[in-house]
Amino acid sequence: MIHSTIGSAGHLLVIIAFVTALVATFAYFKAGMAGGSIEDTLTWKRFARIVFYTHVAAVVGVVFSLYWIIGNHYFEYHYAWKNSSLSLPTGYTISSFWQDQEGSFLLWIFWNVVLGCVLIFTNRSWEAPVMTVFALVQAFLTSMILGVVIPGLDLKIGSTPFLLLKEVMPDLPVYKMDPNFIPKDGNGLNPLLQNYWMVIHPPTLFLGFASTLIPFSFAIAGLWSKKIQEWIRPALPWALFSALVLGVGILMGAYWAYETLNFGSYWNWDPVENSSIVPWLILVAAVHTMIIGRRNATALKTSFILTIATFILILYSTFMTRSGVLGNASVHSFTDLGLSGQLLVYLLTFTVVSIALLVYRWKSLPSDDEEVSTYSQEFWIFIGATVLCLSGFQILATTSIPVYNKIAEAFGTILNMALPADQISHYNKFQLWFFSIIIVLTGVGQFFWWKRVGKGNLQALYNPLLIALLISAAVITFKGVKDIQYIVLLTTAIFAIVANGTILLNILRGNYGLSGGAVTHIGVALMLVGILFSSAYTRVVSINNSGLMISRSEEFTSNDNKENKENITLWLNKAEKMGDYMLTWRDVRVEPRHIPGYIPKSWVDIVEGDFHAVALRDIVVNNKKYNSKGDTIEIFPENFYYEIEYREPSGRIFTLFPRVQINPRMGGIVSSPDIQRKVDKDLYTYVSMVTNPTAEPIWSKTENFTVSLRDTFFVNDYVAILDNVVRTEEVEGVTLGEGDAAVKAIVRILDKDKEFVITPSFVIRDRLVARKPEVSNDLGLRLQFQEINPQTGQFTFGVNTTQRDFIVMKATEKPLINILWLGTFVLVIGFIMATIRRFKDFVKMRNKEEAQAAGQTKAKTKVQVA
Amino acid sequence: MKKIQIFGLVIIAVAIGIIVSTAGDASTYVDFTKAKEMAQDGDNESIHVVGKLKKDAAGQILEMAYQPEIDPNYFEFTLVDNNNVEQKVIYKNSKPQDFDKSEQVVVVGKMKDGSFSAEKILMKCPSKYENGKMETTEHTAAKS
Repeated sequence: MIHSTIGSAGHLLVIIAFVTALVATFAYFKAGMAGGSIEDTLTWKRFARIVFYTHVAAVVGVVFSLYWIIGNHYFEYHYAWKNSSLSLPTGYTISSFWQDQEGSFLLWIFWNVVLGCVLIFTNRSWEAPVMTVFALVQAFLTSMILGVVIPGLDLKIGSTPFLLLKEVMPDLPVYKMDPNFIPKDGNGLNPLLQNYWMVIHPPTLFLGFASTLIPFSFAIAGLWSKKIQEWIRPALPWALFSALVLGVGILMGAYWAYETLNFGSYWNWDPVENSSIVPWLILVAAVHTMIIGRRNATALKTSFILTIATFILILYSTFMTRSGVLGNASVHSFTDLGLSGQLLVYLLTFTVVSIALLVYRWKSLPSDDEEVSTYSQEFWIFIGATVLCLSGFQILATTSIPVYNKIAEAFGTILNMALPADQISHYNKFQLWFFSIIIVLTGVGQFFWWKRVGKGNLQALYNPLLIALLISAAVITFKGVKDIQYIVLLTTAIFAIVANGTILLNILRGNYGLSGGAVTHIGVALMLVGILFSSAYTRVVSINNSGLMISRSEEFTSNDNKENKENITLWLNKAEKMGDYMLTWRDVRVEPRHIPGYIPKSWVDIVEGDFHAVALRDIVVNNKKYNSKGDTIEIFPENFYYEIEYREPSGRIFTLFPRVQINPRMGGIVSSPDIQRKVDKDLYTYVSMVTNPTAEPIWSKTENFTVSLRDTFFVNDYVAILDNVVRTEEVEGVTLGEGDAAVKAIVRILDKDKEFVITPSFVIRDRLVARKPEVSNDLGLRLQFQEINPQTGQFTFGVNTTQRDFIVMKATEKPLINILWLGTFVLVIGFIMATIRRFKDFVKMRNKEEAQAAGQTKAKTKVQVA
Repeated sequence: MKKIQIFGLVIIAVAIGIIVSTAGDASTYVDFTKAKEMAQDGDNESIHVVGKLKKDAAGQILEMAYQPEIDPNYFEFTLVDNNNVEQKVIYKNSKPQDFDKSEQVVVVGKMKDGSFSAEKILMKCPSKYENGKMETTEHTAAKS
């Protein structure tokens, strides 16, 4: 049965949400316009609030409907079919919600209503103008998932997640036979996204995106209602909150990429990553100018520009990643849903309206009477904010290259520009210097901020400078840092740690609540040190030293021998030297759902197209028996783990399990690394190529050998010796009855450094002959006991050979990466402290204003009474 | 001159520097004919070439070689650009996963000794998942 009700309800609720958003925009706008009587304003405000609450209810209903469809596996719906499957563990069913564009828009819409409600409750005096902007944004966002075709115009607005599979793909042949066909199972979630980070990263990132709307709304509200300076106090804690959440969201994504993708890095300068870091940089700059904006007119003007720019950059980033404009340029952009036009309208509307409003009010903004002194706090903070903006501008200028091509195309010329071939050096060339400057400024700025230094009084800075230089010199010598740009970055970062640390110690004696800034700056400096070492001093460990192998072929020796050989080939159970380690690929393992760790693939038989497997033997892990032979167990059918044993020079052994995911429906083999974490460095390993573990091996044509006992013969270039033929009572998979007989041959095969024994059996059962072959994956060999000739005393064996199993892998060392993660934590703590402090400020002021207002009304009534 | 003006000039200068450098570092999409011309002119810039794998009538990929048992870091194939010019491409890294399935390949690199030496390969694979839309993946060779 097709559950059409829930989809129709969802669709209807989207339409309601859209309409209520429009009505709320209008009503709040009326309430925000000055000129009407107080009573009118109040009526509009009350009406607007009710409409907005209806909108909230509708949005919650939409979210619930979509989740209901996914959670109950209604695969007749395209969204559920495309993004989830029966085998998906519950935790990841939640991620299939935002796997696709419509769901991620919905997530954004959802966060906006949550934030909107918080604003209404905490800030009544700003409600009307702020919520006008909010409701307008909601109208645009809900329109993206509207999925309504305007009749006559053939214009589709939005793309709804509530379409039935039948409506999306009406041409599937199955619908001709059975119009009510419902798929039994869905496509499943992209295996790369089946990761705990992918459960929390998108909601965090979208909360970050959504919260940039708040400072923007306050800025617009400030311009609109001419509260040119007052908007900063309520907006600042939100700007900090937004910078915190967006930053955490970006870092989670980076950490996920490090752990899951085989880029080998946490940052890839991918357009999608870039387009989220740019708004963050501008937002951080905005936070800084907002802090001094109440004292300095230039900073106030800049705050307007930067808060508006942050939000517009978020829209621009949405446009870039979702309109298909990136095309070739990005690994993980969404495909075009036909929303590019709508997204462009959304982007342009807010850009034009906010710039127009800013220009219109520009004259009424205050300006400074006298020039700001070089020895003032404002000066240093302002410079810092400027460099942050330049840094963002540089990233943006390059990331937008695909956009330039499109713009040129629109004007009829062909630009053919492509992203720089070497992106890392392109970005580093600027960012390294920008961040060296920024990080120095955090230290100097703090000293000016807390008035520890001033004109003609710079001595306080000498001590931190001296200490920083000493520490840097030690680190540079000890770690062997040679490049000048790295020396500069390292020294500046250490200076920032020392300088901010000094300030931190000073303030801690007073009020620790004020130290958020210093703590955050220390976090950033630590992150820079971590990034510097882990990226610039990454060392490939898996240098291919096996010159012997390569010299076998003329072609390869004629190549430039200096060429990097960063991948090595490992054959099953054959040790290979890699750097200081001795490496052996031991086995392929699978991941059972209710048993700790991974179990060898040979223990189970995986049911094709399902998430179950049959145990081929008792499953015993860590001396605990979990299942008996023949049991059906649940597994993660896509995941295969390659057991690679590392033997250190000291003899210590550890094992890494890099993962390969195979999902025929997604059409791919995807590998993820495994990381050996040490305090001072990570050893990062991934397999870059494997022989497909799910594919059946292709065997060569059978070759027969007829030999006597103790004879030697050659199979697949190996020497084989038939040692013996013995009677056996047990043959795997065959039950022997009365009068049945079985023998097994003992064949010894000599490899270069190892001996293998293969024992194929020959069974006579109910007067019929059964031949049980034996396979050696190590040798890529299958041996079958064909015949026994009692007259000659000779035995015949059938031999098939196949490609021996191998993997190609790469390993790198990332020194001091833990400093990066440590810095991240410090940064987060600092942001939280700053947010709390500014929120307390706001609450104090709000209560004071309310008390004043209440006092005034009281006074008025008294007068009237008199 | 006031401080703010000097400051503004510095910012403008840096911004111009950024734009000039972006234009300078930006690569271009060209075809193999142009790539060869550039190499002959001694232009050492890395470029992007879009093309398809060479296949026979039955859809089998032709002239592709990867022998990890001999050298896991050497992969060669033939790419046919949009003007049907064929070119041997050498990629000194392991063969990207799912390379055989790719519909369209973008190679980033330059001509070197008669063959195209790729530093980076971008692939577009058809995938059911994207309902016939293309999905791109990226592979980068190590820097020499």
